[in-house]
Amino acid sequence: MARPVQYNTNDKVKLVDLPEGYAGEGFYATSFDKVVGLARKNSLWPLPFATSCCGIEFMATMGSNYDLARFGSERMGFTPRQCDMLLVAGTISKKLGPVLRQVYLQMAEPRWVIAIGACASSGGIFDSYSVLQGIDQVIPVDVYVPGCPPRPEGIIDGILKLQELVGNESLRRRTSEQYKALMQSYGIQ
Amino acid sequence: MSLTNEHIRQRLTEKFGEALAFEEPHNMLTVTAPADHNLKVLQFLYDDEQLRFRFLTDLTGVHYPERSGEELGVVYHLHNLTDNVRLRLKVFVPVEKPDVFTATKLFPGANWMERETYDFFGINFVGHPDLRRILNADEMDYFPMRKEYTLEDPQRTDKDDEMFGR
Repeated sequence: MARPVQYNTNDKVKLVDLPEGYAGEGFYATSFDKVVGLARKNSLWPLPFATSCCGIEFMATMGSNYDLARFGSERMGFTPRQCDMLLVAGTISKKLGPVLRQVYLQMAEPRWVIAIGACASSGGIFDSYSVLQGIDQVIPVDVYVPGCPPRPEGIIDGILKLQELVGNESLRRRTSEQYKALMQSYGIQ
Repeated sequence: MSLTNEHIRQRLTEKFGEALAFEEPHNMLTVTAPADHNLKVLQFLYDDEQLRFRFLTDLTGVHYPERSGEELGVVYHLHNLTDNVRLRLKVFVPVEKPDVFTATKLFPGANWMERETYDFFGINFVGHPDLRRILNADEMDYFPMRKEYTLEDPQRTDKDDEMFGR
């Protein structure tokens, strides 16, 4: 009996391409970096830190119309201990700065940060005594998404850009001198 | 008989004499009192059986840098809920010594409003149980709503000019 809707038939499941490697009869060999990168980039757990309208756009991104789950970001964590990707969406006041930093510190390595929207990236229109002029004043940022607020397509594009970074990240990056210097410049560790 | 502005004015003049000044912008009676009289006037407005101003709608500050000797003001908005009459009470203090008696004993709701007024205007509410900053970061060392600052500070370093320019 034909079903009106087809679930998970093989031609509808999208599989990621195999990384570059050497394949033969019954085996396949590639570098560890690539396998880890592949696994990490397709199972990023987002931690939303939403304070204003960009947060609403992020909710739309997670919803069924735009469906971030297609890219492996299935489950939002709401606990920094389990998440890999901090999404800062909205205006961060100077009083909130230490809180955001604390959330970042509670995340386990490897961790990535996306600044969604003008306010998180640069303070936006709030050129004011009370607003942090960009979250990169307190934590390192990997990807900036412009817009006020950005459309869900923009946020998805930012996450795809981040996936590219994650997939190509060397396993030695987080122990490198440059990375330590970067963390040092933010006073972390 | 409804409570008229003239009647309130008359009652206050009987009690306090010439110490108070009156205005009526947009038909709302506005009383300006000497700073050390603020509690006495509030208490009288609260207790008097005819006036009954027993609800504090709002309490805020204002800064007039050009008025020397009375730069900072505290404005109380009072409401008589029985007769639905509103009244505004203002007191002014010099910026060098901005001491005003706290209204928290009379209106417990004034607590956070006075903290906010302290936070933004630096008015020292004498007798307040917990006069700390409420909205701004604790380590802030200035009062941001005072008209003492240029619109844009050329010395700012927290705006990354290289990337976001002005």
